[in-house]
Amino acid sequence: MSARPPRRGLAALAPFLWLAVFFAFPFLLVAKLSLSDTALAMPPYAPRLDWSKGLQGLGDFARGLDLQTYGRLVTDRLYVAAYLSSLKFAGIATAILLMIGYPIAYGMSRCPPRLRQALLMAVILPFWTSFLIRIYAWIAILKPGGLLNQALGLLGLPPLALMDTDVAVYIGLVYAYLPFMVLPLYAVLERQDESLLEAAADLGCTPRQAFWRVTFPLSLPGVAAGALLCLIPMIGEFVIPDLLGGSGTLMLGKTIWTEFFANRDWPAASAVAIVLLATLIVPIAIYQRQQMKLLEADR
Amino acid sequence: MTGRARLNVGAVRSSFAPWADPAARPLVRFEAVTKRFGAETAVNGVSLDIYEREFFALLGPSGCGKTTLMRLLAGFETPDAGRVTLAGEDLSGRPPHQRPVNMMFQSYALFPHLSVEQNIAFGLKGLPKAEIADRVVEMLAMVRLEGLARRKPDQLSGGQRQRVALARAIAPRPRMLLLDEPLAALDKKLREETQFELIALQQRLGMTFLIVTHDQEEAMVTADRIAVMRAGEIVQIGRPAEVYEAPNCRYVADFIGDVNLFEGQVAGSDGASVRFASPDCPAGFEALQDEALGVGTRAWLAVRPEKIVLHLDPPPPGPNRMAGKIADFGYLGDWTTYLVEIEGGRTVRAARANASRLVERPIGADDPVWLSFAPDAAVVLTS
Repeated sequence: MSARPPRRGLAALAPFLWLAVFFAFPFLLVAKLSLSDTALAMPPYAPRLDWSKGLQGLGDFARGLDLQTYGRLVTDRLYVAAYLSSLKFAGIATAILLMIGYPIAYGMSRCPPRLRQALLMAVILPFWTSFLIRIYAWIAILKPGGLLNQALGLLGLPPLALMDTDVAVYIGLVYAYLPFMVLPLYAVLERQDESLLEAAADLGCTPRQAFWRVTFPLSLPGVAAGALLCLIPMIGEFVIPDLLGGSGTLMLGKTIWTEFFANRDWPAASAVAIVLLATLIVPIAIYQRQQMKLLEADR
Repeated sequence: MTGRARLNVGAVRSSFAPWADPAARPLVRFEAVTKRFGAETAVNGVSLDIYEREFFALLGPSGCGKTTLMRLLAGFETPDAGRVTLAGEDLSGRPPHQRPVNMMFQSYALFPHLSVEQNIAFGLKGLPKAEIADRVVEMLAMVRLEGLARRKPDQLSGGQRQRVALARAIAPRPRMLLLDEPLAALDKKLREETQFELIALQQRLGMTFLIVTHDQEEAMVTADRIAVMRAGEIVQIGRPAEVYEAPNCRYVADFIGDVNLFEGQVAGSDGASVRFASPDCPAGFEALQDEALGVGTRAWLAVRPEKIVLHLDPPPPGPNRMAGKIADFGYLGDWTTYLVEIEGGRTVRAARANASRLVERPIGADDPVWLSFAPDAAVVLTS
């Protein structure tokens, strides 16, 4: 075949165009911001690119950029603490999600097919309501006079002060990300060959041994996918710690917001965002490799 | 039965015949076993004995209940009625992992996350490490996969996977090996080779094999005895040569190999042979049959194509003679199957070995031919 259809090249270009417009360009903008200094101006940073001076303007602009803000991220304990705290929140929440999500996904995959469809629907259904409204609903449940404490009061139990604590953040994170854990696990467990379990039983495994020797190892790609799918966005999560967590809850998403809107320190906010993205590249790359492996295993 | 007192039937591999010995105790015994799935009866009151060191085949079309019968023995299904015993012990209520039988699955069911040697060692858990290692080496040598011990199943060919599955099922040294369509996924050449390997292996190990297959050739080649199944019931049990040469009904005659069935009515019998009147043959049929049949009884004569002689010149008159013309023929290399349209309109299959490369008088379409068969070539069937 010598004559290649020319349109194919254009189609291949589309994703790159999309990436350039919606990722590369904003990313460069933020990177530029992070290298600037704060200024009492509108917008509150300098230097700014002045096209009217032509090439010299570009030179002035480039000379004005420096890594000062990044230096501050390392020396200022607050940023380091926020970073570590974000990792802790996301890590612990991922572990809890695995412990809750695996049995749910496993149970679903063992149900009769018709029930499976209904359960899958139930897992996806919350997505049909606004995320924000669902988190606000948790405020109504967790607040001092909220549904949870009313229920505890009816049972004659002392109230729990959960609102504005780390526990509330964990509840919110686990609640919001559970479908992201359950769905990849379910996808892997559901297509596992039933005859493998029969073979394991035939070769002397009790059902429990068969689970640990066959089902679980074969579900590890799903475990990895689910864990990364939750961990990556949770590290940068903003809404949940902001609405459910207290003033002491340190998470990067909140830090970025504070720098941007409260302190009006755009370069610092941008630098935090860049560092966050840079550190997330590793788990994202791992996740991508996992997905490719899963796709190849399908063929 | 057809003259079995006078003549032996077909080829017999050895004098191994524990089923004929009333003192012999079977290894496995199905006692009036019934299994239903919803409204469907998969296995209907089957009783069956399988003896130690026997190579036993369950043969039948798909959906006849042969796989269900095997799964009842492995413990994957529980009978609705009846019971299964192994070495005299009732297996009821024993889960698969506590039964001393291993199964080789039709899909092979190899563990994709484990290497070849880990797959083979899977059922050896609990043995000392050194013994596991020895056993794995022994099994790898047995199936000639020594160089592939560390490969994963997806890096193997179909034939290699089949051998890993076999080694994995044999490694725990079960009392009995169950093979569910073990060769179905292999191509014809490899399948034929593997059939003989299975026989050699079974003889060497002295293990009892139960094979489930829909392929009559596979059952004939490998098994000491075959149980032919239909709709959840066993129709006939016998040595391969018995079910081929002495089928007990039209179903078995038709399922195993090719057959011509001639319908007729008993015209007379003298205790040694029976004469039939049939629209297919003006001079009537004659077949050896020591069992007396009442005159007028409806019966069928089953005659295998290779037992029908094809004549180019009219043979001397007598019973079992038919005139016709060649309607079509299929050249298979070693054999040629001729479809002969006889007087009266029906088609009869006759097979001829192509014993010489060159023939004096080639047979072509529309050539007039005559067919005949010996009285001992026909089996008289009443059902």
